[in-house]
Amino acid sequence: MVYLEFEKSLEVLSNEIEKIKKVGSDSNVDVSKAVTELEQKLKDKRTEVYTNLTPWQRVQVSRHPERPYTISYINAITDNTWIELHGDRGVKDDKAMVGGFGRIDGRTVMFIGQQKGINTKMRQIRNFGMANPEGYRKALRLMKLAEKFNKPIVTFIDTPGAFPGLEAEERGQGEAIARNLFEMFQLKVPVICIVLGEGASGGALGIGIGDRVLMLENTWYSVISPESCSSILFRSWDFKEQAASSLKLTAEDMLANKLIDGIIKEPLGGAHNNQIGIHLTVKLEILKQLEVLDKIDSQHRIDERIKKFCSMGVVVE
Amino acid sequence: MSWFKRIKEGITTDTKDKKETPEGLWYKCSSCKHIMTTEDHEKNFWVCEKCGNHHRIGSHEYFDILFDGQEFTEINAGIKSGDPLNFADTKKYSDRLKDAYKKSPLNDAIRTAYGKVEGLDLMVACMDFNFIGGSMGSVVGEKISRSIDVCIEKKIPLMIISKSGGARMMEAAFSLMQMAKTSAKLSLLAQAKLPYISFLTDPPTGGVTASFAMLGDLNIAEPKALIGFAGPRVVKETIGKDLPEGFQTSEFLLEKGFLDLIVSRPELKQKIAELLLMFKN
Repeated sequence: MVYLEFEKSLEVLSNEIEKIKKVGSDSNVDVSKAVTELEQKLKDKRTEVYTNLTPWQRVQVSRHPERPYTISYINAITDNTWIELHGDRGVKDDKAMVGGFGRIDGRTVMFIGQQKGINTKMRQIRNFGMANPEGYRKALRLMKLAEKFNKPIVTFIDTPGAFPGLEAEERGQGEAIARNLFEMFQLKVPVICIVLGEGASGGALGIGIGDRVLMLENTWYSVISPESCSSILFRSWDFKEQAASSLKLTAEDMLANKLIDGIIKEPLGGAHNNQIGIHLTVKLEILKQLEVLDKIDSQHRIDERIKKFCSMGVVVE
Repeated sequence: MSWFKRIKEGITTDTKDKKETPEGLWYKCSSCKHIMTTEDHEKNFWVCEKCGNHHRIGSHEYFDILFDGQEFTEINAGIKSGDPLNFADTKKYSDRLKDAYKKSPLNDAIRTAYGKVEGLDLMVACMDFNFIGGSMGSVVGEKISRSIDVCIEKKIPLMIISKSGGARMMEAAFSLMQMAKTSAKLSLLAQAKLPYISFLTDPPTGGVTASFAMLGDLNIAEPKALIGFAGPRVVKETIGKDLPEGFQTSEFLLEKGFLDLIVSRPELKQKIAELLLMFKN
């Protein structure tokens, strides 16, 4: 278990429990009462810590190394029926963006999302969840495939940004993202987008145009990461906490500003604390939303999708 | 051995007695240092007569260049930013806006107007780099969105002249969503089968490149404009190497297949009119 800096009190309690359990088993003393008491105390403490997370702390939770990533959700939600489909039919297969058909409660759904690596080697292969243009083009290809066969689309967003590399620029990172925005607005099938972790800027938005855009409780979504915002506007990396607050990037703020449609509650202590629990919650949410979206006529759905995004922004006249 | 010998050491003229040419008579090219009169520079569409360097200009100049008789109807000129997040970094966003209003007659980083180009109808949405780096916030998104509504209503083509540092950070996710908003409206313009010309001028970067600037039926750029998603400094930091010469310029993008044409400013109006006619007949 990896503990974040603001979870130190939880780590102390958790270690204490382990120690007592060990003493109990070594010396054959009944410690169950002490353990139960401490476990209750740990739960209370966790509730306390997680009730009032600051925006910066939520950013940290969204990046927790043990947080479940896109493929683990897809496999759980589709009961391992997901068949990954590869390649953009142009340049190559981008490992930072995955996609494919899977069955959820007896119906076929196209799942697409950024994928971060689960260990050092995989993080490199997945490019830390930063897709290249071919990733966005693969995502679009698969969306068009789903549309052709009238299957709904679910996208999972978890990226620190679109990759800002040399080849990415050569192959048109800007064009690839722009094309996705343009095309996603006219998709005839239901589209649900869920932010699972980090929702950084255009890289997130590139698969983020949907009839429903939802965020997990401990995620962030904004135009820039708090660190980069700090370095650009404050000319130093030290103001990331302040930047995180100023950017209003939490799910709660995004919903209050009507920039997303809903929040999916996480288990106590964050998604990584109860993976099975969060997988199920997300699955139920998808089914619930699909049931509503299925009933809407396709053109009406597109009109509403466009209307929703066009109402975003605050101006004075 | 010199011909003249200085009797007194140093420069002895008082500052008040110094003779200077009045400001603004001469223009020195920032690229080749060639000197010409501002009048000649302006006559040449603010392009250096020697090296062809395109000096950065704003909506005022582009409207003058494009519209017949310099006549046009500006729409939604009064829209201003609402500072939805009460944003503050080292300075309050509301104060930054006040400063920007003081510095120029602009109300935000874009102006939208329609008129005739060689007798053909055209809506032009032109960004101004002078206003907070041409950054895209709610106002830019809203004005583009409304100009497209007018295009569809009046059945006229659209040209967006982009020139921007990207999304306006001080409006955070609101500015991010302007990428979505403008793309949504462009998809409606496309369905109405009305042409959209994206004209990229130094520098469209970030969220602007990743939305409307790259979505033209025709993507046209001015020579040597910097065009990219990530800025050159970020790319350089990412790869840890120096960037190849000409990287992210108009010429580079044309070569890589992301532009239809590069058009220099003196021939802009004529070329746009020719193209509009192609769509028409």
